[in-house]
Amino acid sequence: MAERSFKKEVEKLRLAGGETFHGEGILAVTKALLQSGVSYVAGYQGAPISHLMDVLADANDILAELGIHFEHSASEATATATLAASVHYPLRGAVTFKSTVGTNVASDALANLASGGVRGGALIIVGEDYGEGSSIMQERSHAFAMKSQVWLLDPRPNLPSIVEAVEQGFQLSEATSTPVMLELRIRACHVHGRFVAKDNVRPAFTLKDAIEQPQRDVSRIVLPPASYLHEKEKIEKRWPAAVAFIRERRLNEFFAETADDFGIILQGGMYNNVIRALQLLGLSDIHGDTRVPLYVLNVTYPLVDDEIVRFCTGKRAVLMVEEGQPDFLEQNLHAILRRADVQTRVHGKDVLPMAGEYTGGVMLQGITKFIEKVAPHHLPESGVPAAAKPVPPEARLPAIRAMDTAVHPRPPSFCTGCPERPIFTAMKLVERELGPHHVSCDIGCHLFSILPPFNIGATTMGYGLGWAGAAALNTRETRRRTISFMGDGGFWHNGLTSGVGNAVFNKTDNVLIIVDNGYSAATGGQDVLSSKGLNPIRTTRNPIESAVRGVGVQWVRTITRTYSVSRMRDTLREALTTPAEGPKVIIAQSECMLNRQRREKPLMRKAVESGQRVVRERFGVDSDTCTGDHSCIRLSGCPSLSIKPNPDPLRTDPVATVLDSCVGCGLCGEVSHAAVLCPSFYRAEIVSNPTGWDRFRAKVRAAVIGFLQNRIDRRLAGLRP
Amino acid sequence: MSAPGRSFNVAILAMGGEGGGVLADWLVDLAEHNGYFAQTTSVPGVAQRTGATIYYVEMFPDARDGRTPVFALMPFPGDVDVVIASELMEAGRAIQRGFVTPDRTVFITSTHRVFSMTEKIAMGDGRVDADKLLEAGRAAARKLIVADFADAAERTGSVISAALFGALAASDETPFLPEAFEAAIRRGGVGVNTSLAAFAEGARLAAQPTAPSVVEALIEPPPSAVGRLLQPLAERIRCDFPAAAQRTLVAGIERLADYQDVAYAEAYLDRLAPLAALERDSGDARCRLLVETARHLALWLSYEDTIRVADLKTRRSRFDRVRAEVRSKPDQVLGIHEFMHPRLEEIADTLPEGLGRWLLATPWARNLVGRFSREGRVVRTSTVRGFLLLYFVASLRRIRRGTLRARIEMQRIDGWFATVTEVARTDYELAIAVASCQRLVKGYGDTHARGWRNFESLMNALPRLRGRADAAIQLRRLTEAALADEHGNALSAAREEIAA
Repeated sequence: MAERSFKKEVEKLRLAGGETFHGEGILAVTKALLQSGVSYVAGYQGAPISHLMDVLADANDILAELGIHFEHSASEATATATLAASVHYPLRGAVTFKSTVGTNVASDALANLASGGVRGGALIIVGEDYGEGSSIMQERSHAFAMKSQVWLLDPRPNLPSIVEAVEQGFQLSEATSTPVMLELRIRACHVHGRFVAKDNVRPAFTLKDAIEQPQRDVSRIVLPPASYLHEKEKIEKRWPAAVAFIRERRLNEFFAETADDFGIILQGGMYNNVIRALQLLGLSDIHGDTRVPLYVLNVTYPLVDDEIVRFCTGKRAVLMVEEGQPDFLEQNLHAILRRADVQTRVHGKDVLPMAGEYTGGVMLQGITKFIEKVAPHHLPESGVPAAAKPVPPEARLPAIRAMDTAVHPRPPSFCTGCPERPIFTAMKLVERELGPHHVSCDIGCHLFSILPPFNIGATTMGYGLGWAGAAALNTRETRRRTISFMGDGGFWHNGLTSGVGNAVFNKTDNVLIIVDNGYSAATGGQDVLSSKGLNPIRTTRNPIESAVRGVGVQWVRTITRTYSVSRMRDTLREALTTPAEGPKVIIAQSECMLNRQRREKPLMRKAVESGQRVVRERFGVDSDTCTGDHSCIRLSGCPSLSIKPNPDPLRTDPVATVLDSCVGCGLCGEVSHAAVLCPSFYRAEIVSNPTGWDRFRAKVRAAVIGFLQNRIDRRLAGLRP
Repeated sequence: MSAPGRSFNVAILAMGGEGGGVLADWLVDLAEHNGYFAQTTSVPGVAQRTGATIYYVEMFPDARDGRTPVFALMPFPGDVDVVIASELMEAGRAIQRGFVTPDRTVFITSTHRVFSMTEKIAMGDGRVDADKLLEAGRAAARKLIVADFADAAERTGSVISAALFGALAASDETPFLPEAFEAAIRRGGVGVNTSLAAFAEGARLAAQPTAPSVVEALIEPPPSAVGRLLQPLAERIRCDFPAAAQRTLVAGIERLADYQDVAYAEAYLDRLAPLAALERDSGDARCRLLVETARHLALWLSYEDTIRVADLKTRRSRFDRVRAEVRSKPDQVLGIHEFMHPRLEEIADTLPEGLGRWLLATPWARNLVGRFSREGRVVRTSTVRGFLLLYFVASLRRIRRGTLRARIEMQRIDGWFATVTEVARTDYELAIAVASCQRLVKGYGDTHARGWRNFESLMNALPRLRGRADAAIQLRRLTEAALADEHGNALSAAREEIAA
């Protein structure tokens, strides 16, 4: 089960109408779904909406009470295809995934869904993973909304607005027979706030009704001639209906519309930071009472021409605050104003950067530039805050400049005791023997291999596409093989077919390592088909090896303990050098340590408290034999393997040390053996609640060892004061 | 406190898994229970995997007029009342990002270090200068509150977030009383007692006046007292060697007597005596050549052979240290297992010279011994059998001077020492640099072999450097290059550059 538990929080989903909900954005979204009477929800985990999936899983009982079906979809394409249930039936459904990576995968289903349109409200909640903290390529979901002509909501990032957007999204979807995308940026997903709840609604028309009274309407199926008509329908019916709905229901908001002869048009998600920037410039108060007219686009696609013309008429200039590129909205704005012959100047990417997240400082500087251009007299007489202007590097305080080189980047990396680390240690050792290989990586924690200390991996082409990314590097002209990676998550997402099946069919001679840690670990420890644990609402324990053999791989080796570096190394060497032709797959299994610790630590504590014999293991380094070369760290990179000042008065280089966070995974010992490093590592076995036999044995040992240690002490006596 | 009409803003810079989220949740709970609106945002996901991340909290009094504040989703430079950094480099990051400003920000940071990967993987000393980070904090903030809050958390058996929460309460910068903070911890309901203890300790540390920046003692402290057996040698050091070098020399004789015996330590002083004479003419008050050579000579003479390792691993002081390090309580039974991998080379090294050379040169013997040394061994020092094995190896100290390893090391030391002395006659600075090259020869097995190769490479480069005005600087550059990477790329590049 997932890394974070929402078991307690999900009780808030039962709140009745009128009660105040306090909590996180994703929980509010879930509550809004229940208030909207959904019949089914599905999705694929990944930041920023991983926790939305976890909330749904933990709320499964509550969902079941309301007759809602919930699925962990195999992929984002599966999730989006799930919305097909709303094509013919008046069923409301919602799916969620990370965007744009998930939207890319979902595109095929999305295009088909959007073509035929829907009868029941269909909501796609995308976690916009853009900017700081993002783990993916920097693209926008906006383009997908445009190309498939689905409507895109971008509500103001506070709980009441987000909840309202969910409810309005379903209505908009039904009013226009079009799926609707709701875009939530990462901080909005995890923003803590409050809203007044409504009662949950059990859908009037249920899944059971749909199954028992099947319907079909051939005009909704994507096949000519219906598909030609779909395009016409999109333009002639659905789009105008959407514009009308947005206008009539006032989904977009105007603030202080006529307060001045300039204004700002902004994506809803930008609202809070725009207000803060204005507040710092003395142009708004904390409650959002602004002196600058604002037009807030809670729907960023489609735009409502009338509203834009209305807002811009009588204004000298407007600023378009649009995060990300290309500047779809700004271009659209120009076109709308040109068509309406409104002469308002449009600013946007000229004062704000074209690319990158609009963080606080960027927003403040951009808006300051705009106000300076159009209404400098509005700026405070005392001058703008220092942060409103870029500071040239040489103008910074000397003490701060002197510090620059002392701040290193600190990217995420493998956790303490991570079972994936030894796989890369083994690769380093094999590299020493056989030279470097081309390595194709995948998405998942294992991608941290590209960073120090391992520096392994050349490309990553997407989730599950590790082996596909090495497909071309397959020739009889060399004996050297390539190595590819794939995690269990990526494997089940699509890697089984896109990678393994492809390699079998195309007669590859190369090597694939499947990192099987029992979870979709990087997204928060959700279960997958091959998870070892039992899951009450899912079917697990379907081994990857069976699947791999099932599609025709002959050479398969499963290593059930990745920490055995020498076995890992020998198996990898064999895969790279064996005369056997054909695809070679190594399945490297060990449970994700983060999840294992979460599972085992409380059990262990309880066992100790109840008086049971419990053995805890951890590693240590003898600082008097460590010479401070740090080879061990370069082959491991474990957070709990660190350095400390050398206690030896004659030495200056810091020695290695094992922090108390060590979980005793065993890698340090294996590395010092396999790489013939140094004898400084020791493993301590600490036995709590020892048995009588334990104590007796310890006593005998202490007597003999103590006797000999007395002799050693005698030799050393007189050397120190 | 923030100006009227403004929210009170707190940014928490932490690393994944440090409890920054718990701290943010406490703050929200604290605010909401005391009549405030509050909002927290964070960026979870991969940042949880030990990466650097920011938790951000804003709060504003609820006037009960139905109006809600609009909170920013991320810190704006110049708009942060309190910045809390869970570690010193993260404190530096907060400054770099402009969150800490002298007109507004109270800056609470823990002084402990969680070393970055770059610092850890260096082949020598890659640590950054912590004082620079502290100085920058002092320059950037309105008020700086620093202490080792990680230590406070550890002493109280809690997490750093609780200690930092205490520091925030004690800072007197929030609208809330310390009791209200404690109530928030209680409501949190997880690890309440230890959290409260850490909270109190954090508050206590924060209330103390900030300690002045650590200034390195400029005066060399006197050498430490020595044991009875070393008194005559210590006396000799006092009479025959300059004061500036005495501390190092005393450390040297202690180390070598511990390593072998008092005679070995005496020989060390004999060897250094001419250098002391030479130093008298150098005019360097700090006697850097003597100090550096004495330091490196002591280290080289106490090379880490299997005998030394076994000796150190079997001592009572070592058993006690392990017990303390792994926090084994008196009622627990402790087992200590060593990871050793003596190869053929190390076995030959420990044999008398002739036998050792024979073993290395005799194929069938090599094969035989090699078969037993292919795999690493786990020696259980806490058992009688394991201890006896190591005790026996340690006892070979008596024959150490005749072993193959001793012969090889002595030859190498002689060569290096002769070079130092010889170079010193013409170029004092270069001689120091040559002495410092010993730094490269460290570790075991392949690491040691690589270090020796690099050392030799530098010694081969030496003749070309001699006579150049910047010879010492160039040799130091080569030493740094040798420590830059494992493959010797930087060293080759540096050598080529010098040759050109």
